[in-house]
Amino acid sequence: MRRRFALIGAARMIFAGCALGAAMPVAADSSVPPAEWANRQLPDRRAEAKAKSLMEEIRCLVCQGQSVADSDSDLAGDMRNLIRTRISAGDSPEKVRAWLVERYGTWISYRPPSAPIGWPLWILPFALLIIGALMLRKRVRWGRRS
Amino acid sequence: MTRSLRFAPLAVLLLLVCALLWRVTHPQNPVVRSRIVGQPVPVFALPAAAPSKPGLASADLADGKPHLLNLFASWCVPCVAEAPVLAQLARRGAVIHGIAIRDRPEDVAHFLARHGDPYRHIGSDHDSRVQLALGSSGVPETFVLDGRGRIRFQHIGPIAAGDVPVILAHLKAAQ
Repeated sequence: MRRRFALIGAARMIFAGCALGAAMPVAADSSVPPAEWANRQLPDRRAEAKAKSLMEEIRCLVCQGQSVADSDSDLAGDMRNLIRTRISAGDSPEKVRAWLVERYGTWISYRPPSAPIGWPLWILPFALLIIGALMLRKRVRWGRRS
Repeated sequence: MTRSLRFAPLAVLLLLVCALLWRVTHPQNPVVRSRIVGQPVPVFALPAAAPSKPGLASADLADGKPHLLNLFASWCVPCVAEAPVLAQLARRGAVIHGIAIRDRPEDVAHFLARHGDPYRHIGSDHDSRVQLALGSSGVPETFVLDGRGRIRFQHIGPIAAGDVPVILAHLKAAQ
């Protein structure tokens, strides 16, 4: 009885393994290994800190929604390589960001520029608060007992 | 405050719901276009990607004739579908240069042998540097360049048979 359960357990494991293997996406990915600085930290700690904070604010091109620091894709690795190489060569993070924005638009940076089109977003909460206070002016007795 | 103003918050809520419903039915376009269309191609010099072909430099793209610059890779599945269309464009007179993204020479050679070779030069971009410098976000993509090396048009995704007239028209306009 026990041996039959063990066999069923083993069969289940093998089946699960095959199912997992079959579920993996067909490798439509490069066979070239990751770029030199894709997954290695820069030896200079301050440069690495600057590079890291920039990588967390640059959007991955292929898995949109993830930053380049989080994404596993090859292109994200190449973007990390680019960022690290440029920063260790002396470029400021803002210069690297500007270079990317020049090619892909402001969309690629999680830190959007403060363009006039964004001002309503900032003003709106205060405006709503003021409108709300005005509407409640007559309804609420501020501190006075009638 | 007039009585009808009490419906203002409800109106705002309805507007918000309509806006959200609209966005759900009209999702944002995930295609990322290059912002340097209209500008000169960035300066680069790439080594040969395949044993049989010379590498590609930006100077090759500014020799007075319009070119097609095709970004492809041996591991890129849609590039296989695009290969016969590129051959067709080459037969109709287009000068096509290629950049192989993140590829090994033997894989590129195998791809060319298997699916045809419309390229004059092929550069090897093993770390996507030139791809990023072009503002490209994936493979396959094709750029139309004029004789001075200025990018005139970007086609994202594989070129389908129906796109050939458009590409040829852009090439002609770039003369």
